[in-house]
Amino acid sequence: MTNTAHILMVILVMTIATFATRIMPFVFFHGHSNHPTISYIAKYTPPMIMSILVIYVLKDVNFSDDIGLYTVISVAVTIAIHLWRNNPLLSIFTGTFLYMFLVQM
Amino acid sequence: MTQGIVKSTFPVLFGYIPLGIAFGMLFQDLGYPWYLATLMAFFVYAGTAQFMVVGLLAAGVGLTEIAISTFLINSRHIFYGLSMLNSYGEWGLKKIYLAFGLTDETYSLVTTISLKDDFKKEQPFFTITALNHSYWVISCTIGAVIGSSFSINTQGMEFTLTALFVVLVIEQWKKIKEPLPFMIAAFSSIVALYLFADQMLLGSIALSVILLTINNLLRGQHD
Repeated sequence: MTNTAHILMVILVMTIATFATRIMPFVFFHGHSNHPTISYIAKYTPPMIMSILVIYVLKDVNFSDDIGLYTVISVAVTIAIHLWRNNPLLSIFTGTFLYMFLVQM
Repeated sequence: MTQGIVKSTFPVLFGYIPLGIAFGMLFQDLGYPWYLATLMAFFVYAGTAQFMVVGLLAAGVGLTEIAISTFLINSRHIFYGLSMLNSYGEWGLKKIYLAFGLTDETYSLVTTISLKDDFKKEQPFFTITALNHSYWVISCTIGAVIGSSFSINTQGMEFTLTALFVVLVIEQWKKIKEPLPFMIAAFSSIVALYLFADQMLLGSIALSVILLTINNLLRGQHD
């Protein structure tokens, strides 16, 4: 098999494997979307997953070095600006530009 | 309205640029033509799995193992779909595309935007999904085409996704105003960090949904 044919096969199996994880709940639970347990999960899963994603993106930060300090400062500034102005784009981009400035200087 | 929806995806654009470029560069280092990176970004559309496969390809791992690893690393998305059953409407090409594009970032945006009550769902969901998808494909392509000659310093730009998730937790809190999901999330994350270090994300999401379901069953018995 040539290199290109091989990578096309890789893309194909990865596409199927990824799509399977994303379509499965819609296929298996089709028609049960009004079940009380499903409604309960639908209500509480987004805040759970969002919180887990925050912990996930921060889990490899070493809080005892400079990057850790910059991360803490930038997250705190993001939260403060968000609570103050309630403007998601303003808080996200201020936090990000601050972080970029700190890590690049 | 549409303008607000488009704007809500900008943090994802900023987050995907450094990640997509990094992927494209790594992929191109394996010696493949750039358009295969584009093809993979378009059809696979899963950042973590794409980074993982660069390592697997370099190590000469077989197709079966690639398929299993991809499935495992993405199986957290099963839980994302589970909470979108009601929101994605009737079966059709549009729904299949919305399910196909349900990444971490797209899920975060659509679930937070649907907190607003005066909201006609499907079209904004479609706009968000298609925009995020295009950002990813374009970023991966740029990385593969211009590779190491890229001169803009994007160091630190990936913080956009951290900031996005932090802001969305605050938005979720404002709407839910109950500590339960946040406590379950914190507990599950800590347990998963210790028990499944490498698969922390899948482990904590699976554990949290299980705990949530148990809580719902116990709650039902008290009523």
